[in-house]
Amino acid sequence: MPRGRHNNLAAGRRTHALVFTALGDPTRLSLVAKLCTGQPRSISHLTKRSKLTRQAITKHLRVLESAGIVHNVRIGRKSLFKLDLEPIAEVREYLGYVSEQWDQALLRLKAFVEY
Amino acid sequence: MDDRIEKRIELKAPISRVWRALTDYREFGEWFGVKLDGPFAVGEVTRGHITHPGYEHVKWEGLVQKMEPERLFSFTWPHPKSLEKEGYPLDYSKEPRTLVEFRLEETAGGTLLVVTESGFDKLPGDRRLESFRRNEGGWTEQMKNIENYAARKA
Repeated sequence: MPRGRHNNLAAGRRTHALVFTALGDPTRLSLVAKLCTGQPRSISHLTKRSKLTRQAITKHLRVLESAGIVHNVRIGRKSLFKLDLEPIAEVREYLGYVSEQWDQALLRLKAFVEY
Repeated sequence: MDDRIEKRIELKAPISRVWRALTDYREFGEWFGVKLDGPFAVGEVTRGHITHPGYEHVKWEGLVQKMEPERLFSFTWPHPKSLEKEGYPLDYSKEPRTLVEFRLEETAGGTLLVVTESGFDKLPGDRRLESFRRNEGGWTEQMKNIENYAARKA
């Protein structure tokens, strides 16, 4: 599976920063939104109704690709881009876990200083 | 999506009491669940180990950044790859760190404590979830311990 291989190779080098950077831009967020149906899309499709050039859109797709959020897939002779929500889910899940630990620690602190 | 965690909690205790619970290393250890070797001091590393059964091998380490009495206490700490026995001891100096800040504010009813943890963008993307999955059981267990402790005290 190309996706699995991609993940194994890239995962070690990828940091949360890439995910945060990737999502910290309105154009890239709109690309993610356009790919949210799960349907792989071509660059032409993604450039439609956008003020940006094909080159600019390609650049943004590369940023998303480096964060593992978007993968380039070939279907026949077409080069398409497909969304992968896994890296976003990973970051959210880890932050959720740390957040929960703080909730518990602060409840213990509350009990500790109030009684 | 934000790369920081922020928690606000109202404590019905004077600000001086909360400050002590945060910055006295023995008191910090009591509520946090860690046995620390020595006091907190700006620019110094305080070390210790987790007291939760089964996790005693897990080291705790914090490098104190700021101690502004009754206002701000902050330190950076590592987020190691895994808390399992296997792989320990880790070289914490190589682990990526986040910044933890405790901000205190006096209120009519006591103290408002705002905790922020930031710098999650520096953590590697792949391994975090793995250690999360591994430790999930541990924390559920810890919650049970707290419930038992609270029930015994009541």
